[in-house]
Amino acid sequence: MSEIISQYGMIFLVMACLFGFFMAWGVGANDVANAMGTSVGAKAITIKQAILIAIVFEFAGAYLAGGDVTSTIRSGIIDIEKAGFSDSPELLVYGMLSSLLAAGIWLLIASNYGWPVSTTHSIIGAIVGFAVVGISPDAVVWSQVGSIVASWVVSPMCSGILAFYIFRSVQKLILDTDEPFLNAKKYVPLYIFLVGFVIGMVTLVKGLRHVRLEITFSQSAAYAVGIGVVVMVGGMLMLRRIKLVPAQHGTFHIASVEKVFGVLMIFTACSMAFAHGSNDVANAIGPLAAVAGIVSSGGVFVGESALPVWILLLGGIGIVVGLVTWGYKVMATIGRNITELTPSRGFAAELAAATIVVVASGTGIPVSTTHTLVGAVLGVGLARGIGAINLNVVGKIFLSWVVTLPVGALLSILFFFLFRGIFS
Amino acid sequence: MPIPISALFGRSPIRPIQEHMAKAQLCVIILGDFLEASFAKDWQKAETLQQAIRAAENEADDLKSNVRSHLPKSLLLPVPRTDLLQLLSIQDRLANTAKDVAGLMLGRRMEIPDSLHKLMKRHYQLSLRTSEQALQGINELSELLETGFRGKEVDLVEKLIDDLDAIEHKSDLSQITLRAELYKLEASLPPVDVMFLYKVISWIGKIADISEKIGSRLLILLAR
Repeated sequence: MSEIISQYGMIFLVMACLFGFFMAWGVGANDVANAMGTSVGAKAITIKQAILIAIVFEFAGAYLAGGDVTSTIRSGIIDIEKAGFSDSPELLVYGMLSSLLAAGIWLLIASNYGWPVSTTHSIIGAIVGFAVVGISPDAVVWSQVGSIVASWVVSPMCSGILAFYIFRSVQKLILDTDEPFLNAKKYVPLYIFLVGFVIGMVTLVKGLRHVRLEITFSQSAAYAVGIGVVVMVGGMLMLRRIKLVPAQHGTFHIASVEKVFGVLMIFTACSMAFAHGSNDVANAIGPLAAVAGIVSSGGVFVGESALPVWILLLGGIGIVVGLVTWGYKVMATIGRNITELTPSRGFAAELAAATIVVVASGTGIPVSTTHTLVGAVLGVGLARGIGAINLNVVGKIFLSWVVTLPVGALLSILFFFLFRGIFS
Repeated sequence: MPIPISALFGRSPIRPIQEHMAKAQLCVIILGDFLEASFAKDWQKAETLQQAIRAAENEADDLKSNVRSHLPKSLLLPVPRTDLLQLLSIQDRLANTAKDVAGLMLGRRMEIPDSLHKLMKRHYQLSLRTSEQALQGINELSELLETGFRGKEVDLVEKLIDDLDAIEHKSDLSQITLRAELYKLEASLPPVDVMFLYKVISWIGKIADISEKIGSRLLILLAR
């Protein structure tokens, strides 16, 4: 039993809740808008609908598929034995508190200047930072960190390639045919099925372990197909309401075809929120989970344990508050600015990004939703689908994580020594 | 506050290029009224119309520099940037040529012999039709962007350009006929007037040439 933990346990817990809430607020205020903005910009959903979707699916994603990412953050990056946390667990508490505070503050600063930083990069940078300087370089599981960093390069590339081929399939099946409208109505349900299937599959295979649902892989696949079909039928009912309006000129019914894709985009918006919840939200509350685990056990480090529901609730509420207080405005701005991305493109980008992020969440790898989405948009652009993409901004976005890592690390080192000075 | 995802999307050059083409083609349309006024020797009306052409040409110029300044190298476009810029400068020549014809005719108060009016009108009509066809092709760019520059829409544009080439060929023939007729009259007209009449005929024919070039540029855009 650690004395410091038993003496200050409640204070640590309250601090962790505050910082965790702050972090979740930041995610809701900025990050969610990036994830959902494409749907709003394509006029597939209104801002109000986007917020409602975000509330439901961010939470569902974090709860159903976020467990592995949370456990990577709380116990996968730092080697508990080598770091000596068994003897002085308070060090891990200081570190996780510093990481939350550092990442939250950095996000706030960056959002204020419009720098495209990622929650994931901030929090990983912060955790690695305090561990290396505050404890020792040996305390870090470098192989894990290495694969996380590699995934930051691989995930946008994969989603780019996936988006490229999804858009190509849209061209082949729908846009380049004699009857684009009829084919859109015929094939869009298939894409809706895919959305339901991917999310169902990852949730069943990876996410539901902590709900203690024991099912085999093939059972999961069967259930996922079932989920896909249910979602698809729902989509088909919505599609029935879309009627062909006469083309303005030529034979190509752009407006009507895009309306069909608009329905699809409602589903991909949900999947995007789900993916974001499973990854970014989960990694934002990971440190909180670590602190809560230590405090509740009185200093004994419990490796794998179920994520308490109240932590998820706290994260979820933080995001909702962030969305309502600030994210609303950000989403409105995005909605006004993204006019070049029509539903037939936006859906391809969102489906690709959501798939990659959800799969990453399933394997417990924290990736950046924004970067993955940017990769997907580039993929659609390379398939000659988008009027103009600013490659300067792409460069800035991919450079930002190079800056975010040391800044997150530096801030968290600072806070780590501050907390250690105060409490020990 | 800039937001990463929305800053990612640049302004598509397609619509401005279409606007530019419409403006350039407007110069060719007004040129028709101008020719009518000159046939009627109504130089006051002709001057107003020539000024209208100049104004449209100026607007086209503004549109052109606007497109150029919004087309930095750092943009990822569905078609090569250099092809778009070349398309733009060819379109611009359409407006310039119409302006040149009107300017020259007004400046010299050029009177076209009555016996040539009918042929001249036909010559102009053919040029007008090629320019209309070119405009239609450029307007298809938005549909091409929607389909990702592939498939059926490409066939449609190729067909359009084929038709354009056929009209341009007719325009070449009408130019030959017109010149032959002018040649017969040559001796009875002041030599300097004749010289410039040949010039006007060839410039009006140039409108069809330029329209054809716009069409072939469009095809180059599609072929990749």
